Amino acid sequence: MKDNRYSESDVTIQPVKIAARNVQVYYGDSHAIRDVDIDIADKTVTAFIGPSGCGKSTFLRCINRMNDTIDAARVTGDIRIDGEDIYDKRVDPVQLRAKVGMVFQKPNPFPKSIYDNVAYGPRIHGLARNKADLDDIVEQALRRGAIWNEVKDRLHAPGTGLSGGQQQRLCIARAVATEPEVLLMDEPCSALDPIATAQVEELIDELRQNYSVVIVTHSMQQAARVSQKTAFFHLGNLVEFGDTDDIFTRPQDPRTESYITGRIG
Amino acid sequence: MGQILTTGAVLPLVVLIAALALGGYFLARKRALASAKGDSRNLHSLPSYYGYNALMSVAVPALLVLGIWLLVQPMLVQSSVVDMIPASAVPEGSSVNLIMSDVRRLADGLDAAVSTGVISADDATGLSAADDLRAWLAERGVALGADVSPEVLEAAQAYREMTATGNFWRNILVALIALVALMLVLRETNKDFRARNRVEGGIKALLILAASLAILTTVGIVLSMLFETINFFNLHPWTDFFFGSSWAPNFRGDSDLSILPLLWGTLYISFIALLVAVPIGLFAAIYLSEYAGPKVRATAKPLLEILAGIPTIVYGLFALLTVGPFLVNVFGRGDAGLLGVDWMSGATSVLTAGLVMGIMLIPFVSSLSDDIINAVPQSLRDGSFGLGATQSETIRQVVIPAALPGIVGAVLLAASRAIGETMIVVLGAGAIARISGNPLEAMTTITTRIVSQLTGDSDFASPETLVAFALGLTLFVLTLGLNVLALYIVRKYREQYE
Repeated sequence: MKDNRYSESDVTIQPVKIAARNVQVYYGDSHAIRDVDIDIADKTVTAFIGPSGCGKSTFLRCINRMNDTIDAARVTGDIRIDGEDIYDKRVDPVQLRAKVGMVFQKPNPFPKSIYDNVAYGPRIHGLARNKADLDDIVEQALRRGAIWNEVKDRLHAPGTGLSGGQQQRLCIARAVATEPEVLLMDEPCSALDPIATAQVEELIDELRQNYSVVIVTHSMQQAARVSQKTAFFHLGNLVEFGDTDDIFTRPQDPRTESYITGRIG
Repeated sequence: MGQILTTGAVLPLVVLIAALALGGYFLARKRALASAKGDSRNLHSLPSYYGYNALMSVAVPALLVLGIWLLVQPMLVQSSVVDMIPASAVPEGSSVNLIMSDVRRLADGLDAAVSTGVISADDATGLSAADDLRAWLAERGVALGADVSPEVLEAAQAYREMTATGNFWRNILVALIALVALMLVLRETNKDFRARNRVEGGIKALLILAASLAILTTVGIVLSMLFETINFFNLHPWTDFFFGSSWAPNFRGDSDLSILPLLWGTLYISFIALLVAVPIGLFAAIYLSEYAGPKVRATAKPLLEILAGIPTIVYGLFALLTVGPFLVNVFGRGDAGLLGVDWMSGATSVLTAGLVMGIMLIPFVSSLSDDIINAVPQSLRDGSFGLGATQSETIRQVVIPAALPGIVGAVLLAASRAIGETMIVVLGAGAIARISGNPLEAMTTITTRIVSQLTGDSDFASPETLVAFALGLTLFVLTLGLNVLALYIVRKYREQYE
């Protein structure tokens, strides 16, 4: 599990970006997330692992308040980004989501051109003063998404015409274009083939230099490859959280050990 | 016995076929079981399949022959009897067809008299024209158009005789077919016979029959309109129909029959209807699919669709009694009106019909658009929300563009409904054919003119009547084109997310 690592464990200690305390999520009557406390560091890749339905995606969606778009969901507790409570009444969830970008499980480019896909966020938030400015932003984002060289000659072709891996990198570029501080990724590689997965993983590692990246994954190998911190969720509880190396080599909790050795999940 | 064999009634024959078929069911079942020595596990198919196979094999060919015979015999008899009537027997101002209907009525009347026992079969054959048959039959409830001439009587007797012969052979043949089929199917029934597969084939044939009947009916409708349209163009120049400028039918024979003023009225009213229906319907669909909670949606959607269930004549009444007078109150009546203007004189106008038709189309547009908007994947909405877009930004910039081809298809379908709509325009639009841009004037449409040209006492062979078919065909081509275009667009859009 140690081979093919992008990251090294000798990362310097980063300041806390996201601090969650006593977070509970209810879907109607069911209690999906129980008492989650976690500190997610800046400029670090944090992986959420755990069996299906354990609440890792639900917790991820708390961080940019995407659960607000689901009528039945109710979130309590305290989540702070840079010390600011994101569930405070004064926080506009729409503005928050520009600051906390999200990449989804299935690549979901809009049925627009590649250019318009990336320009979508900057246009909504008025980030560009003029056309040249917008062109720059789009180019920057596509370069950060590691897809610029593949699409620079066909920026006005539809984004839906790209391959799956390219679509996912386009979606990452689209999320990056609004200059977020945190990037949330909900199983970003589960719909991709191994080569596209490798490209996206490489990209995630590069993104670490600028953003705090939180990635939900089903693949423990992927968590081991791309992340510095790993959190293990089970039945709505955060069971164990620590350095990725420790979680995979010296798990403290028997449930974590069972999961990573394949006995539950 | 002779009576039964020559009867024209179909019921006894059908009962006979049904009895044979039902008997076949039980016999075949029993025979199959017997050949398997009573153990149904040794059979190729379930026992009832052998029964159904026998039932099918007996009933279908017999009923098919019966049906064809019923269609063909009257035609053959009629054509050979028509030849018997000399041209001199046709009175002035009448036609062979009228004489033929008298012949048929006379023949039927005599048959009825024989069957009720008023007159014996031999006496009926021996009647002569000298007897006052018209009065005699009138007493028995059979009305004739003219006094019975010797030629008519002769023809009627020939008609009776041929029909009786035809019926005789029909009854014999059909019964024979059913019997032979029964024997054949029983002979092939044994435990290895693949009755199940045969029944499967029969069911498939039934389904194909149903599907092709629907298509054949459409073809038949188009063909019948096409022939009448060709007749029309033989009587009236096509250049006037397509390129003339006025619609003024009169029955002296020099009518202007141009479709253009009617087409203008049709398109103008449809345009106003779409102007009403598309924004309201689309916004309603957006609210229902994107904003409304499940509870609101569950109540509001059926309520909206009740509008679709209102008969169009009721909408027409609404136009005539409520909307029209209201518009007159606003735009007409001079100083007594709301605006103090006198632009509108009567309740019927393009605007009246267009508004009401628009209301009729709202549920049509909203229900189709709702389906299409719901088909836009949730992942696209999530992607947009995840970038910090508000709900209306998401709808405007992601959902609607993604759904646009489908929505265009829905609008085109609504347009073809509007163009073909009749009752609302009959009551709401007026009857004056003209090309004008003023929506407060009465105009008329293709559909209302079809109604008015075909109703009332008019010679069916005149261009003034036949023009209705040309109008109908044009309308059909127009709406068919719109529907094909709409379906093409909708289908192309569907592929995008699969």
